[in-house]
Amino acid sequence: MGVYIRIMKQREKGLRQRDQAVKWLSLVIATVGLILLYSNLERLAELVVGILGLSRDNHFGEAFYFFIYEVPKVLLLLVGVVFVMGVVHTFVSPEKTRAMLSGKRTGAGNVMAAGLGIVTPFCSCSAVPLFIGFLQAGVPLGVTFSFLIAAPMVNEVALALLFGMFGWKIALTYMIMGLGIAITAGIVIGKLGLEEELEEWVRQLLKNDFAENATEESISWSERFSEGFDHVRSIVGKVWIYIVLGVGVGAGIHGYVPENFMASLMGENAWWSVPAAVLLGVPMYSNAAGILPIVQALLGKGAALGTAMAFMMSVIALSAPEMIILRKVLKPRLIAVFAGVVAAGIVLVGYVFNLVL
Amino acid sequence: MKKHIKVLGSGCATCKQLETVVREVVAESGVDATVEKVEDIQQIMSYNVLSTPVLVVDEEVRCSGRIPSREEIEEYLH
Repeated sequence: MGVYIRIMKQREKGLRQRDQAVKWLSLVIATVGLILLYSNLERLAELVVGILGLSRDNHFGEAFYFFIYEVPKVLLLLVGVVFVMGVVHTFVSPEKTRAMLSGKRTGAGNVMAAGLGIVTPFCSCSAVPLFIGFLQAGVPLGVTFSFLIAAPMVNEVALALLFGMFGWKIALTYMIMGLGIAITAGIVIGKLGLEEELEEWVRQLLKNDFAENATEESISWSERFSEGFDHVRSIVGKVWIYIVLGVGVGAGIHGYVPENFMASLMGENAWWSVPAAVLLGVPMYSNAAGILPIVQALLGKGAALGTAMAFMMSVIALSAPEMIILRKVLKPRLIAVFAGVVAAGIVLVGYVFNLVL
Repeated sequence: MKKHIKVLGSGCATCKQLETVVREVVAESGVDATVEKVEDIQQIMSYNVLSTPVLVVDEEVRCSGRIPSREEIEEYLH
């Protein structure tokens, strides 16, 4: 009997190892396949246009080419980046981030918080529990804000799309600017000493004793990978439709709207366009996926990059629904300071972009 | 023993989805349990959680910040 059990156990172990090997192998094959596909998209798109007997010389042909080239390109990049982020998420939980940030000083704490904001799994509907949980653990108010500003603004979807549509330089610049705004706004809010401006019940809660609840779970690489796949399924499953629709509208603009159409409205010379873009972005609540393809198309027609960036940042980082959620924990004055500081930062970034690029 | 299940969340799409899945799993498995949705932020905070949605079974936090699989939920119920 004992021998039998041992044999069964060994067989099970063998099966598990084979399972692991199969998973690794399929991951490698998938990666190579995606890269090959990605690097040949231009040719493929031209091939399809040719087979359908279209020509890129007319409006429809150009719009069509744009669409069948851009959609797979952006989706492939998104799948890659989101998968990697899903795996990264298994290393950082909000609990771990909180433990790292608790008791950190203004300055270094803000920089860390903004950086962790990129890699920590975060959903904007968790903003309130996260906000209070951070404060409870002794994370300073300003540092908490740095995290809360960076987390939605510099997210993997936005970065992947920027990378796909504008290249890595612009994606990197966006990331640095976004982090800069989060860090500076957090420091400013911290320096202003606005702890009084939290709602009463929150301040009561902060007086209570607080129990650390970070639990370390050991998890295997194959589990990390399946988390990555889950992340792809949930994120890409949600945003692909926005990308297709957005690129569709973008393709229309690309093919039909005349060059420099946007120059007078959103061009570099219209100084008022940056603050106007920020204001316009506040009531809008969209994800980067829906807004970026349109921004890209507008850029091709003479809109200035800084103005477009400012619009995008404002849509993502300053949204009316988020303000309403935060109103439950912040008094109006603190909300106003938060919105004001972030808006000022975005406007500044818009101008800098317009000047430099 | 009757189980008391709570789904904590501010009412976003993910939280609603968790509630639906939990109700389905409870109905399918035939476990004697009540399912309650808690949207009040002060009540949510009393469970000392950082991210929603949260699944609470008999006042014990079993899972937070994600939607667990059906198998996991079934395990929590036993």
